Amino acid sequence: MDVLYFAWVRERIGHPKDRVETRAATVRDLVEELRAREERYAAAFADLSALRVAVDQELSDFDAPLGDAREVAFFPPMTGG
Amino acid sequence: MDIRVQKEPFDLGAEANAFAARQAGMGAVVTFTGIVRDLEGDLDTMEIEHYPGMTEKALAGIAEEAARRWQIGDALILHRYGRLKADDLIMMVATASRHRADAFHAAEFLMDYLKSRAPFWKKEVTDAGEGWVAARDEDEDALSRW
Repeated sequence: MDVLYFAWVRERIGHPKDRVETRAATVRDLVEELRAREERYAAAFADLSALRVAVDQELSDFDAPLGDAREVAFFPPMTGG
Repeated sequence: MDIRVQKEPFDLGAEANAFAARQAGMGAVVTFTGIVRDLEGDLDTMEIEHYPGMTEKALAGIAEEAARRWQIGDALILHRYGRLKADDLIMMVATASRHRADAFHAAEFLMDYLKSRAPFWKKEVTDAGEGWVAARDEDEDALSRW
């Protein structure tokens, strides 16, 4: 699946997108896999309360099942308008 | 419903006039416009990032929800991304209704929801450095009134 990062999450990780092969059952499981990659991922995912997640372009939560999701995005709370 | 996410500036007067002109039987049009503020007098640029694909879907969803809740004949949401300067127009919403109450309520609803449910992020670049604008608790709290 594609994992996308926006705003400071993207800056902290250093790139906007990863292509990930995973069997993670939930978003939280996927986060654990990403945290284990490198220090910059661990830093980006240190505080999940500061993050929001979208699964297949719909706002979701960290306990949501991934199922056949093709795209998961992590970003800070939104500041539009 | 007219949903536009664009880099280019827009002409508020032209957009408002065109929106009003295409309404039939609507007695009220409400517009709101967001403008880049330079509160400390040191803003160089405001960079707006968004999530292409999700942004359009989220905005369309918010507009559809407004149309379920109020009698509106039409709605426009136009939001810019990219590099903006102080006093540039960031975004606008317009709603049309037979009577003003529905148009006002729907416009406020669109604004409250797009502030914290549409995937946009603002970064301020100032003389002192750069930083992402933090979401405000008041913006999240504003959703509970609907």
